[in-house]
Amino acid sequence: MTDSRTFDTVPEASFGDYVQLLKPRVMSLVVFTALVGLLVAPVGVHPVVAVASILFIALGAGASGALNMWWDADIDAVMKRTKSRPIPSGQVLPGEALGLGLALSGIAVVMLALASNLFAAGLLAFTIVFYAVVYSMWLKRATPQNIVIGGAAGAFPPMIGWAVATGGVSIESLLMFALIFMWTPPHFWALALFMKEDYHTAGVPMLTVTHGRKSTRRHIFVYTVLLAPVGIAAAMTSIGGPLTLMVSLALNAWFLIGAWRILQRDEVAAEADKYAVEKAVFRFSLLYLFLHFGAFLAEAALRPYGFGGW
Amino acid sequence: MSDFRPAHEMHVRRFGRNLGVGLALLALLVIVFALTVVKVTRGDPMQAYDHQVRPEMLPLEDPAKVKAP
Repeated sequence: MTDSRTFDTVPEASFGDYVQLLKPRVMSLVVFTALVGLLVAPVGVHPVVAVASILFIALGAGASGALNMWWDADIDAVMKRTKSRPIPSGQVLPGEALGLGLALSGIAVVMLALASNLFAAGLLAFTIVFYAVVYSMWLKRATPQNIVIGGAAGAFPPMIGWAVATGGVSIESLLMFALIFMWTPPHFWALALFMKEDYHTAGVPMLTVTHGRKSTRRHIFVYTVLLAPVGIAAAMTSIGGPLTLMVSLALNAWFLIGAWRILQRDEVAAEADKYAVEKAVFRFSLLYLFLHFGAFLAEAALRPYGFGGW
Repeated sequence: MSDFRPAHEMHVRRFGRNLGVGLALLALLVIVFALTVVKVTRGDPMQAYDHQVRPEMLPLEDPAKVKAP
């Protein structure tokens, strides 16, 4: 008999594991789009207030990521892409992720209210609830339209950034929202086309699983067609200008060509070149969003020098 | 004589985690302090009575209560 006990089987999460719960890659997109929303607004914001606000928006997005990982731990465990996440890999307990998500949500919303205004904080709170409850808990496992409606959660950050500066909503911030909202479905469905077995295994009703791959190709094309006028309309508002209009026309034309090529292909052709077109369109969609928002930012940066804007 | 040196890898891992939490709290402290400085120096609406009645801060519907010192 011995008095010694060993705790080797108890998982010991590192700080990095908790950071992974906040989905840092998603946070980087949130930081970028929220920053653009804040900087292109017609009202100036003190740099310290701006930096703090962006940090708390990112923290709120991270908190909703932790809540999503807590809720989706069972399906993350069976998907190749997600099974090494902190909860399915056993590094972090589900309760810890829930606690972290709830605590950071509260901190982020209260601190954003103190740093900027109640309207921006309310939008952030709504975004967290929308992502964690409406998307993760209700829609993701219930409908193949999960991506469409859930995409709204990812579309709110530029609106929140705009609200930090102006304290409200305007046609410009609504169009920035609409741009990400309409961009999300073709972006994720292109991913779903070449990550097929993952969603099959997890039983998540992705469009590819429920309606077939031919229908998904049609959906990608339709949403890309609907996305184009949103981008061009945004370029015509006060946050746009000739530069944005040119960038938007080029990006939308390129995206449409890609979506058309996806529509024209069948599974045999896609299998033959290992989904080269679908992968290329997916990669381009990331560039699309980055350059479109980059163009808004460039207009705002050029304005003090007499360039940019209409 | 007992030896208090850490003898397990766990201590090293916990040090990293505690350092991370410590730095995160320090960052929050810096942000809150910087925000406070900015808001106070810009004169955001957060004044109190500060030992002396200020008529302009009393409710408008009851001006009779205001008396010049």
